[in-house]
Amino acid sequence: MAGNPQRKWFENRTEAVYMRKEHTMRQKRAKVLLMVVLSLALALTGCAGRRQGESTESQITIGIPQDIEDSLDPHKAVAAGTEEVFFNMYEGLVKPDSDGNLNPAIASDYDVSDDKKTFTFILREGVKFHDGSTVTVEDVKYSIERCADPEASTLVAAFTNIESVNVLDETTIEIKLKEPNADFLASMDTAIIPASNDDPDKVAIGTGPYKFVSHSPQESFIMEKFEEYWGQGAHIERIILKVTANVDSIVMNLNGGAIDMFARLTATQVSQLSNDFEVLEGTMNLVQALYLNNAAEPFNDERVRQALCYAIDKQYILDMTSDGHGTPIGSSMFPAFGKYYMPELADYYTKDIEKAKALLTEAGYPDGFSFTVQVPSNYGPHIEAAQVIAEELKAINVKAEIELIEWETWVSEVYAGRKFEATVVGLDASTVTASAMLLRFNTDNSKNFINYNNPEYDAAYARAESSIDEAERTAAYKECQQILTETAANVYIQDMAEFVAINKKYAGYEFYPLYVQDYSKLYIVE
Amino acid sequence: MKKKKNLNLIIGGILAGAVLLLIIVGIFWLPYDPDAMNIDLKHAGSSWAHPFGCDNYGRDIFSRVMVGARTTLFVALGTVGIGAGAGILIGAFTGYFGGWFDEVMMRVIDALFAFPSILMALVVISLLGSGKYQVIIALGIAFVPSFARVVRSEYLKQREMDYVKNARIIGCGHLRTMFVHILPNILPVLIPTVMIGFNNAVLAEAGMSYLGIGVQPPDASLGRMLSEAQTFLFSQPLYALYPGLTIVILVLGFSLVADGWKER
Repeated sequence: MAGNPQRKWFENRTEAVYMRKEHTMRQKRAKVLLMVVLSLALALTGCAGRRQGESTESQITIGIPQDIEDSLDPHKAVAAGTEEVFFNMYEGLVKPDSDGNLNPAIASDYDVSDDKKTFTFILREGVKFHDGSTVTVEDVKYSIERCADPEASTLVAAFTNIESVNVLDETTIEIKLKEPNADFLASMDTAIIPASNDDPDKVAIGTGPYKFVSHSPQESFIMEKFEEYWGQGAHIERIILKVTANVDSIVMNLNGGAIDMFARLTATQVSQLSNDFEVLEGTMNLVQALYLNNAAEPFNDERVRQALCYAIDKQYILDMTSDGHGTPIGSSMFPAFGKYYMPELADYYTKDIEKAKALLTEAGYPDGFSFTVQVPSNYGPHIEAAQVIAEELKAINVKAEIELIEWETWVSEVYAGRKFEATVVGLDASTVTASAMLLRFNTDNSKNFINYNNPEYDAAYARAESSIDEAERTAAYKECQQILTETAANVYIQDMAEFVAINKKYAGYEFYPLYVQDYSKLYIVE
Repeated sequence: MKKKKNLNLIIGGILAGAVLLLIIVGIFWLPYDPDAMNIDLKHAGSSWAHPFGCDNYGRDIFSRVMVGARTTLFVALGTVGIGAGAGILIGAFTGYFGGWFDEVMMRVIDALFAFPSILMALVVISLLGSGKYQVIIALGIAFVPSFARVVRSEYLKQREMDYVKNARIIGCGHLRTMFVHILPNILPVLIPTVMIGFNNAVLAEAGMSYLGIGVQPPDASLGRMLSEAQTFLFSQPLYALYPGLTIVILVLGFSLVADGWKER
């Protein structure tokens, strides 16, 4: 075989080819090596450069329980979780502070007429939008009229009362109301956005201490310090909000260092944290309740709703889920509201199984009934409360089946669609006025997702809203709360204790009487 | 010659049997109501009254493991039932007849296979809503392709065998040939596949419940318990250990039985 010349020739040839190949390969290898070395060198210098940058660019990673809504338009935000973040990007003519006061923001001064019908605002000089342009009276007029526009389903409820928005001169704007409303000022924290922005859904331009950088759905939302902010600017350059929807992994993420801060932890979660964290306790400023669809069987019967109230022990829920932290409440108002809040309503229904059973029998359910409680799966405290409620209701033969649903589904089906029997959530106040908590129970209000229908309530509310006298108004608002409690609109539970865990590297967290997070106050210790 | 003892089968049988016994006892008798809360027993440790301790609501973990294992087993059985049932039918028809029907079905199966099974299940869950039965349907559908593949390849092999031709000659119909003559002959391959499928179903259920889309609270399932225990992993590690161990024992038991079956 070896003597076969053809074969020999073939072998030689392959050898030659092989050699050539090896030659080129050696060359290639050298080239590759050179490239690797070069790129490594580049990468290393790059690293060094960035590390230097990092020391000046401070940042904090904060966990949030649900994603920010798709739209960046502050006027269209529905979820409290979105609003609390937008608080850092957008501002109104006035801005609430951590004590619940309304301070002038984009307006430097304001004046309210004695009949509470004319509100005049003087624009602060040189307030800049995130795109560098200056805020003008036209922008203010545009923003307010945009929210008052009935064609766009009136984005801010209180604005239906606006008769006209008049520009008096380059720095003065006047708002005239149809009916007197002393609380109107509180809704002037509505975000001012530039009239020139064609697509506020996608382009976020506000005046807040932080400006929008990027949003990766279900992952993160990044904001950066706005250098030209008119007031006391932010301390930390970069805020990274990380969506941590899985309730159980929050503690791990904190302890592991993936997130530096998380607001609204439960007592059980707090007990798991390492010593690296400062834990602050406040109240969440929301009304956690078993919200009942008043239009659905069997909750359209007042006696059934009252029976549930008598069967559920609020303090027991607190003891079970948060080691007793939190404030039991009895109506749609929480303690931070001060003069409007009625602590006595919390004890209106005390646990009484016999009475509950009697009420059920009277209503035609002597053997109890079963219903579904839908709970957003990303809110651990609500899921825990729902489980305890389900257990408590067994005593009166009422079977509550818990169904965990996605937050997005909750918003579309339960809140907007009103297709539910009962749900456990917390409702917050968007402004520091009693109407923020009570308006939604008016019969034909668009946010009345529990379908509460009570002419007596509507009348009391209308009286509150139209009265100029402070004492009279407060009394009427209290009457509203009383009615909600007496008719057992919902099973009110508590204003939950809010535990904020923040890595000891950072400080400056402040609690607000509203459902907002003020990131601009945070700073780095050292 | 004395037959060598089939260790796999014996050990596997003991492990799986132990968990099955626990489940069967749990159907008739439970130490405590698994959903009953007791505020005095929050995070109670192991004791004679509560051998596995209590969880964050003071519920007896031992009772919950018994009930949870039952739920998990139920879901796994249902899943394998749907998956194997539909898989055998599809595999038998496609493998036996071949032709364009085979081609079309196999492409559909390929397409199903291309999705990760959890992702498939998530799609079904988002259409049907979450819950025990929805999970069974979702996982069942996700499990069809693997069974169909195995059964089809076996039918392809068997249909060329002499006994099948004989059966046809003596006048057996297609259906009778497929399910009375061929099916028993592929059992040695099918049973281990079912066992492994069963294991995967146990793990998939645990995974789905762990993600919060399976069994709804306060019902217990092993995956759901693991998920709830996660928060207390550092302060009360035993809470996570018991449901976790139960899963391990159950899955290990069935895998060993499957292995042992092949060796027989």
